[in-house]
Amino acid sequence: MLEIKNLQVRYGTIAALHGISLKVERGSIVTLVGANGAGKSTILRAISGLVPVADGSIEYEGQPIANLAPHKIVARGLAHVPEGRMVFANLTVMENLLMGAYLRRDRAAFPKDLDYIFGIFPRLKERRKQTAGTLSGGEQQMLAIGRALMSKPKCLMLDEPSLGIAPILVRTIFEKIIEINQELGITILLVEQNANLALEISHRGYVLETGRIILEDSSEALRGNQQVRECYLGGE
Amino acid sequence: MIEFLQQLIDGFSQGAIYALIALGYTMVFGVLRFINFAHGDVFMLGAFAGLYLGPRTLKLFGAGPSYIGAAAVMLLAMLVCAVIGIIIERLCYRPLRERPKLTVLITAIGVSLFLENFGQFIFGANPKSFPELINNRAFELPEWWGQFSALTITISQVLVVAVTLVLLIAMRHIVLHTRMGMAMRALSFNPVAASLMGINTDVVISFTFGLGSALAGAAGILISIQQPSIDPLMGVNAGLKAFVAAVLGGIGNLPGAALGGILIGLLEYIVVGYVSPTYRDAIVFGVLILILLVKPTGLLGSSEREKV
Repeated sequence: MLEIKNLQVRYGTIAALHGISLKVERGSIVTLVGANGAGKSTILRAISGLVPVADGSIEYEGQPIANLAPHKIVARGLAHVPEGRMVFANLTVMENLLMGAYLRRDRAAFPKDLDYIFGIFPRLKERRKQTAGTLSGGEQQMLAIGRALMSKPKCLMLDEPSLGIAPILVRTIFEKIIEINQELGITILLVEQNANLALEISHRGYVLETGRIILEDSSEALRGNQQVRECYLGGE
Repeated sequence: MIEFLQQLIDGFSQGAIYALIALGYTMVFGVLRFINFAHGDVFMLGAFAGLYLGPRTLKLFGAGPSYIGAAAVMLLAMLVCAVIGIIIERLCYRPLRERPKLTVLITAIGVSLFLENFGQFIFGANPKSFPELINNRAFELPEWWGQFSALTITISQVLVVAVTLVLLIAMRHIVLHTRMGMAMRALSFNPVAASLMGINTDVVISFTFGLGSALAGAAGILISIQQPSIDPLMGVNAGLKAFVAAVLGGIGNLPGAALGGILIGLLEYIVVGYVSPTYRDAIVFGVLILILLVKPTGLLGSSEREKV
């Protein structure tokens, strides 16, 4: 579904990614783990067109999408829930969700999709008339995911969904990510610092270090890998 | 009492014009976070569009001044200004989108100086008399108004306020209830998030410039109906005052711009009537300094807080 070859990104003269290659199979959950500043978010930002690609290729459903404008990439069914959630704080929960459906013309189908989102995140339904700025971090994360789902994506990219969220909600959100993957058949590319959790719910994982992929394997194998256990899982 | 009311009436209609110009400043600030200092000069170009297109357009609707003719001239001037605004953004500001805001700000000042001097070169520096679009005269106020019948209210004043009101309502509708308005709001809250929603930010920015410039064009015609002498530097003072109005109301806030415009207009005429016409500009710009010192977010603006 998504294939990246030798991706290079620079911020000014500093190289952030030194040739990343990875593959996301349709219907799977793939996770990128690694320390702060390893380049995980940059990969997502490059895929969705937020940062320019210096070299390499990004293919989505067999089509090159590197350096397309972000709105054109969303239109192809690739949604990005950015780090820090970026909900529209001054708009209500409902308006935020409708903003996610900006490109869609099938207004008649909105109620059904909203029902589904309110079904997985009942908290959003209770708060649909509140402005997004008044929500807790966890609720904002649910909203950001719901908003992305309103664009009817085929592939969903999630950047640090557990960041700054009450631990009790982190579990819920990860359960919902599995549900979205299984029930809606949405392919998921997940960036996460909580490697334990991420490798638990994903099929395949890539380990990044300073802009390079140093390991890739099935998530199960990575969880058993001694190096990964020491560096990222806090294990012995 | 009568004198005070008269100042209020004159100030209110002048303020309506500032409000229209201020909206352009505030809208562009809303989506791009910079002050388009060339905006006042677009207002001037609106007046000159009326000067050149006015007589010919009026002829299409009969010989003399007419309301429908004036409306057509105004729409044409709005269109001309919208196109000019979009071209300015495309040529001068878009290439600098990723640069520091200061670069764009200085460019805007450059564009402003260019338009002023180019205007003097093309149109000549001397004031031109603006064609009569409507038969402007004072209303005959009825006897039963008693002492108030001594007030002077002109057709143009009523027209200015009415047109401004209609344009404000139209603007409000566009911003709150259309897809493009939704995109404008999204962009002003968070450009990155807006683009991830599938919003083509370039198109929205062009639209915003077009809309703001069209309002400036309308203001250019309205002011020329009231004060039918125009010159290429007329946008300097009016533009700066509208900028003060936008800051007073809270830059980035649309109702604030309208409120700020009216307040500045009123203040100006009260100063003229009760203090001295000499201090008119000084006091208006004094307000800018005062508001920046006391309440930099303006009357209706709110400071931006982000939840992380």
